[in-house]
Amino acid sequence: MSTSVTRTAPSHAVPRKKDRGGPWLSLLAWVVGILFVLPVVWMVLTSFHSEADAATNPPSVLAPLTLEGYREFFSGGASPWPPLLNSLTASVVSTLLVLLLSFPAAYALSIKPVKKWTDVLFFFLSTKMLPVVAGLLPLYLFAQYAGLLDNIWLLIVFYTSMNLPIAVWMMRSFLSEVPVEMLEAASMDGAGLAKTLRSVIAPVVMPGIAATALICFIFSWNELLFARVLTATVAETSPVFLTSFVTSQGLFLAQLCAAAFVVSLPVLVAGFAAQDKLVQGLSLGSVK
Amino acid sequence: MTSVAEKTGAGRTGLTPTPPGAARRAAGWARRAPLLPALIFMIVVTQLPFVATLVISFMDWNAYYPDERGFAGFANFRRVFTDVNMRDAVWTTILLTVAVVLISLLLGLGIALLLDRKFRGRGAVRTMMIAPFLVVPVAAALLWKHALYNPEYGLFNGGLSWLWGLFGSDDPPQPDWISNMPLWSVIFALVWQWTPFMMLILLAGLQGRPLDVVEAARIDGASGWQIFRSMTLPHLRQYLELGALLGSIYIVQNFDAVFTITSGGLGTANLPYTIYQIFYQAHDYGRASAAAVIVVIGTIIIATFALRTVSSLFREDPGR
Repeated sequence: MSTSVTRTAPSHAVPRKKDRGGPWLSLLAWVVGILFVLPVVWMVLTSFHSEADAATNPPSVLAPLTLEGYREFFSGGASPWPPLLNSLTASVVSTLLVLLLSFPAAYALSIKPVKKWTDVLFFFLSTKMLPVVAGLLPLYLFAQYAGLLDNIWLLIVFYTSMNLPIAVWMMRSFLSEVPVEMLEAASMDGAGLAKTLRSVIAPVVMPGIAATALICFIFSWNELLFARVLTATVAETSPVFLTSFVTSQGLFLAQLCAAAFVVSLPVLVAGFAAQDKLVQGLSLGSVK
Repeated sequence: MTSVAEKTGAGRTGLTPTPPGAARRAAGWARRAPLLPALIFMIVVTQLPFVATLVISFMDWNAYYPDERGFAGFANFRRVFTDVNMRDAVWTTILLTVAVVLISLLLGLGIALLLDRKFRGRGAVRTMMIAPFLVVPVAAALLWKHALYNPEYGLFNGGLSWLWGLFGSDDPPQPDWISNMPLWSVIFALVWQWTPFMMLILLAGLQGRPLDVVEAARIDGASGWQIFRSMTLPHLRQYLELGALLGSIYIVQNFDAVFTITSGGLGTANLPYTIYQIFYQAHDYGRASAAAVIVVIGTIIIATFALRTVSSLFREDPGR
């Protein structure tokens, strides 16, 4: 990796002395952890309470559990399935597009770099710093003109552009991990590009590709502003569905928590399953 | 994924070794070829809209009055600069971003230090810490607004009632959190989501620390604070900068929390929300574009400094 971030042997390999304030600091760590997870736990617990029990003061922690909230959410009003499927389509397809575009680009920025590759790299990052809201209006007008409003493909294209810079940075950092000697050895053995990619590059960068995909998926799944402006009833995604869901309900806390939990579930599962990938991805690949 | 890599890589770069002499330009293009799809895509999707924004910012264009479209000169810019709401939005954005980044960075640092030690259940605590970051931002904002901040049945006031009840009091304080401190309500909800992010980056930094040196310093009698000041902190500097930079990039653009928790009311409207409002509710395309252009220029100025920081973070390795 090209960063100045030095990496040493993983710390758990090194035996450590136990420090004196130990038990108290451990207790503090537990308390802080519990405080941070509490709102999530509360969300899940409330989602399994009845509406009456969800809205008490002081809170009824031990109230009987019920699936009422979920039943209401899935079959009460407008069905949440179309927005969930739209979110899934937009996230998965845009993630695939991002990988498809970023891999060759990263290749041209690391293994066989073009001239001024750092300028190109920083161009990608700079697009991430420009406020997206400034591109919202022209994109909306274009979509209106081209009849693409409320079309999931418009969101897919936008999400691809939103995540492409991150992906290029990450992929580049993973590709530059590939040892030059291995590439040279492969070419001396007369291995073609396809074989080099498969047998030399792929094994090294596969975890990186997974990390990139995870981050792109999460960011697309979470996006609200553009989805809200560019979609209506047909291509509506789940974050938009969540915002519209609140205004129309009376006593709704359990249902709201059920909805929030269902919509967050894919991200929670993916993120917990790949915690280390999450770190790599969030740091644009500079932390491995 | 292998198949993807093969197809794109093989299709675009070609594997013919560079022919000697004349074909150098062709070789240059062969190198550039894999880059072009991504580059062209980015330019078309992110740069062209900005050109359009620039053009529209000089136009009289309100969707409510479609017949009055025309050239407006600098009128939109004048209106944006004299608009009190815009000026407030600039300050709100700065305050929101700085507060969230700073607080979550400090909290993240503290928690990363706590988690860098070995103790029972360390993995579990780390997993618990990550959870807030994995809740969809809109869902998190809704959760804070309705399930936590709500003055009647929110968890905060519910907790206060319960706590006061323990001591036999039936008159607990029941503040209306969002009305009393609107901007801080948004800030706290965002800090809750972003602290895990900072913590993860800083924890990774801590675990990359050369421990033998720390151990040697400890044997030499250096105190924990001395080690932290003179060894840990300098080592963490680049991770702190990385966290601050990435955090700022995302939080400066925050829309979800402001939109959901306060709907931009009570002095919480930041720039993304204000521009969204001018465009989506007032339908004043000219003014929205002028505001966007100004924000872009401001961002470019700040980003130039930020990018300098990044380039020192990601020091270039010699080209191959």
